[in-house]
Amino acid sequence: MPIGTEFAKNMSALLSIRKLTKRFGSITAVDGLEFEVGRGEVLGFLGPNGAGKSTTMKMISGFLAPTAGTAIVAGHDVRQAPQAVKAAIGYLPEGAPAYPDMTPLSFLCFVARIRGIAENDVAAAVERVIAQTRLADVVLQPIETLSKGFKRRVGLAQALVHDPEVLILDEPTDGLDPNQKYEVRGLIQSMAAEKCIIVSTHILEEVDAVCTRAMIIARGRVLADGTPADLKARSGAASLDDYFREVTGYA
Amino acid sequence: MRNVGLIFRREFGAYFATPLAYIFIVIFLVMAGTMTFFVGGFLARDQADLQPFFGFHPWLYLFLVPALSMRLWAEDRRLGTIELLLTLPITMLEAVLGKFLAAWAFTGVALALTFPLWISVNYLGNPDNGVIVASYLGSYLMAGAYMAIGSLISAMTKNQVIAFVVTAAVCFIFTVAGSPILLNYFDNWAPGALVQTIASFGFMTHFEAIQRGVIDLRDLIFFGSAIVIALTANAYVIDWKKAE
Repeated sequence: MPIGTEFAKNMSALLSIRKLTKRFGSITAVDGLEFEVGRGEVLGFLGPNGAGKSTTMKMISGFLAPTAGTAIVAGHDVRQAPQAVKAAIGYLPEGAPAYPDMTPLSFLCFVARIRGIAENDVAAAVERVIAQTRLADVVLQPIETLSKGFKRRVGLAQALVHDPEVLILDEPTDGLDPNQKYEVRGLIQSMAAEKCIIVSTHILEEVDAVCTRAMIIARGRVLADGTPADLKARSGAASLDDYFREVTGYA
Repeated sequence: MRNVGLIFRREFGAYFATPLAYIFIVIFLVMAGTMTFFVGGFLARDQADLQPFFGFHPWLYLFLVPALSMRLWAEDRRLGTIELLLTLPITMLEAVLGKFLAAWAFTGVALALTFPLWISVNYLGNPDNGVIVASYLGSYLMAGAYMAIGSLISAMTKNQVIAFVVTAAVCFIFTVAGSPILLNYFDNWAPGALVQTIASFGFMTHFEAIQRGVIDLRDLIFFGSAIVIALTANAYVIDWKKAE
């Protein structure tokens, strides 16, 4: 590949994963992952439970320190400048945790302030994400009283409040009803053009619906990487479901 | 420091979001009063001072501070909000300090609400108010040391009940380290230097000195360094345990 193209490719990559590895004792959860994601890409992260999807996301977001390798987010190395990486990322952790005693409004204001949004702009930023995630009806109810769907949307709103360039969403539609799933997918699509988004999911139709690229991982390694159509074509399988079973060894 | 303030506000607010804050304050005040009047013989002593009041503080803190500290990190670990908190652009120091200061400030509120006793003793006689101010400061500093130990232990578990019980046990050891309860056990066989070292870790020993109105820098440094050491260990424990 000519140097010029390589350079251009690096410039457009907002997220660059380099030999990322995580070991817990003798178990290797993530095994030398390497890939890049650019602006405008929505990468669907697929894999069986325990494949290392969440662990990879935890390392990119700066929660877990990699055993080896690193992630470069918006030009910052997560090992050398974790604060800069955290500032550039919007992260929805698995299960969409939020403080149950707070209301969505106070919780989002808290996150917005900690995210460094100026005091005068906090209200506007929080209002924007409340509208985006359709939380207006419940903003004054304690989060512990909300349904699973609303809790998930609070988690999503929290990840969007600082309008980050990179979005890492761990199972954003888990536990939502079909209408809510449709809405969240619409939201992801509407942001896709100007951001770099990674979505982990078990739902393969979701990959078809929102992702520009799909990656199947198992035992911490990439098994397949391409557009959803590519992956289907590659196996000759009629659906992504069949291909998933084929490469993860359940066919 | 802005982040410490933000975390402080959220944590301080969390105490008041449940009845815990009010229950804690009421129990603290009732126990402090009961101990002072019925066990300490505040009136029978016929002396205008608050020694019977402050003398019981280590024992009050022993189980009331763990009740406040147990949720500090254990709850975040159980709910998974620790992942949220630690992926916000804040440092570990800011997170640890914000939480600790909120819990410590809450203890301060409870302690400050004992002021009617101070007024009473001034109404009844002519106490040495300098000694009382010193005792309040010493008591608050000691509460901070208990709280820092509690915060450290809370970071080790996801279970708040375990955090409570272990904190109370560890705080008990530190409370009695300088008293005969523990020293008699070591006296018979341990070398004198070791017994002296153990004794110097006793919270009660250091607090008693302050309570007499003697503000010795060494006692302040003792509680101060206990807080710093426990919170430093706290940060490392969180880093080490957060993957679980």
